[in-house]
Amino acid sequence: MLTYLVRRILSSIFLIFVVSAVTFAIFFLVPRLGGATADDLASRYVGKSAGAAQIHQTAVKLGFTDPIWVQYGRFAKGLVVGANFDYGPGVEHCPAPCLGYSYLEQQPVLPEIIDRIPVTASLAAGAAVMWLVGGVSIGVLSALRRGSLWDRAAMTTALAGVSLPIFFTGQLLLLFFAYKLHWFPGGGADPTQATSPWDWAYRMFLPWTALAFLYAAIYARMTRAGMLETMNEDYIRTARAKGLKERTVVIKHGVRSALTPILTIFGLDLGLLLGGAILTEKTFSLPGLGKYAIDAIDKNDLPKILGVTLVAAAFIIVANLVVDVLYAVIDPRVRTR
Amino acid sequence: MTAVPRPDATVDQADRSGVEPDATGIGGLGRAPEDSYLSVRDLQVHFPTDDGLVRSVDGLSFDLARGRTLGIVGESGSGKSVTSLSVMGLHKPGTVRMRGSIILDGTELVGALPEEVRRLRGKKMAMIFQDPLSSMHPFYTVGHQIIEAYKVHNSVSTKVARAHAIDMLGRVGIPQPDRRVDDYPHQFSGGMRQRAMIAMSLSCDPDLLIADEPTTALDVTVQAQILDLIRDLQQEFNSAVIIITHDLGVVAELADDILVMYAGRSVEYASAEEVFDHPQHPYTWGLLESMPRLDREPTDRLAPIAGSPPSLIQVPPGCPFHPRCTSRELVGAPCHTERPAFRSVAPAHHIACHLDAPSRARRWTEMTESQP
Repeated sequence: MLTYLVRRILSSIFLIFVVSAVTFAIFFLVPRLGGATADDLASRYVGKSAGAAQIHQTAVKLGFTDPIWVQYGRFAKGLVVGANFDYGPGVEHCPAPCLGYSYLEQQPVLPEIIDRIPVTASLAAGAAVMWLVGGVSIGVLSALRRGSLWDRAAMTTALAGVSLPIFFTGQLLLLFFAYKLHWFPGGGADPTQATSPWDWAYRMFLPWTALAFLYAAIYARMTRAGMLETMNEDYIRTARAKGLKERTVVIKHGVRSALTPILTIFGLDLGLLLGGAILTEKTFSLPGLGKYAIDAIDKNDLPKILGVTLVAAAFIIVANLVVDVLYAVIDPRVRTR
Repeated sequence: MTAVPRPDATVDQADRSGVEPDATGIGGLGRAPEDSYLSVRDLQVHFPTDDGLVRSVDGLSFDLARGRTLGIVGESGSGKSVTSLSVMGLHKPGTVRMRGSIILDGTELVGALPEEVRRLRGKKMAMIFQDPLSSMHPFYTVGHQIIEAYKVHNSVSTKVARAHAIDMLGRVGIPQPDRRVDDYPHQFSGGMRQRAMIAMSLSCDPDLLIADEPTTALDVTVQAQILDLIRDLQQEFNSAVIIITHDLGVVAELADDILVMYAGRSVEYASAEEVFDHPQHPYTWGLLESMPRLDREPTDRLAPIAGSPPSLIQVPPGCPFHPRCTSRELVGAPCHTERPAFRSVAPAHHIACHLDAPSRARRWTEMTESQP
């Protein structure tokens, strides 16, 4: 188990570097391959009235004139040992792991990203609890009452949930519950400003609901399918043959097996969301990683885009690792292999 | 096992004159029904489906006393497993229509509340399934699953239940039971798993044990061990056992009585000796003829029963076996139109066939003599 863990962690670190290289290539190499010169790239980061000489000076300063591998090497070195930037008035040190230095705001990217994480984490964690509890229980009930009115109503709602985009359901929620009924705050309710856990939940309730609705729908359908399959297993018949109560049969023997594959997907979904729930954050104007990413793309601030992409990738890789370890805890057949 | 046709014309004539000679009515095989622990009468198990009504079991009766073993034999789809699941009350509610009567130790199970049947499951009646790997939960240890079975019906601490589980594993012949109790099913071999299944089903000392194809998924060498184990435990616990199988070798080994099923009906019901030595039903003849035997020349070809079992939605009219029966021309029309009554042809020997005794004797002679 320990060697497995060490091996997985090492390969995860390797994977982070691969992701960083690919992301770097996409944002820094592709425009050059498309014919843009170093000066073209640099022209975005100087004022509109800048002359050619000033643009070229900026290009040299930002390192665009160096070969691409030198540029990446500088970035990778920053990740490992930190870097010094002298874009601005003075020299600023960016300690390892340094994700880069914003061209426009002239400050290191990582602290900004770290500032945004609590917002996104609030959103993802709350919504995850909602969709997991909601989706799984709806799925289990639907499977147990397959073909009933409940099942059909739940699955139709789930189909709607899967199909409707968040910016639609989110706007709808805001319209009714915030602007008409005034039950919940409108957009921009920053959870990090909350004064109490209640206030936190109050601020986040609508974004949670919008995000959880989508995922609950997917999870309800997956859980239903998994439960239908599991309840036909021979070991369920054995559990009944032992005279166990139906509730024990369903929960202890059925749901436990049906949830195992769902756990895998849950880990990945959560990892993905921690890297930024772009649509939800945009809809509810939450200053999280997703909104940070959109703003960075809007302004073409390459180090920010690169940084947030890497953080998101790291979340997914860590989530994947956690899921694989948890899987071994849940399913003993994986453990002994 | 040389079968000799039997001059049983007298019994048959008595039967023909309308006298039901067996005092116990159907299937008691000479014992009064009050002796029997399990008594099934005219059981019908039907499943409504989109394609029509599936008559999986259609008029089945038998009796089983403590300490006796009944072998239920038949091809796939003959209703063997459906019968056992009906006794255990394991059909999905709402999908099945059950009629008739199943009396277990004086309690009527057909139409009983599911909760009532659940309390009996595992405690008074238990079941062993065909594939022990898929029949045990992969996520729980073998010990946990036995403890669970014991604790549903006995209010004891987990510690006591665990000691009991270890004891049961030892009794079914698992070495080092105090260590293996914490193993998962996938860490057991096939035969060990079936032993563990048996330990689990016997943990509450049930009086009725139903073994549904208990050896089908096992190696031949392990099969014999498991059958021995079932027999030994039966003697130890003095329980009633139903062995469901398509393997006549298994019943020959274990069963006191044999019930041959075809298309959801019983076609022959007698003691094991009677069925092997004096089989009376053409279907039973077919089963015996298709079985490899050591007393035959190795060059002899086995004689399979032609055709395949009928659809249980459209069971052939008359005798359901008539399309495959090699003796039907001896009777003629009734085979196609009239459902044969399940009647007594010898003491404690019932069949459902239109053939009269002389024809049966002649046919069986022909069949056995055609084999050198």
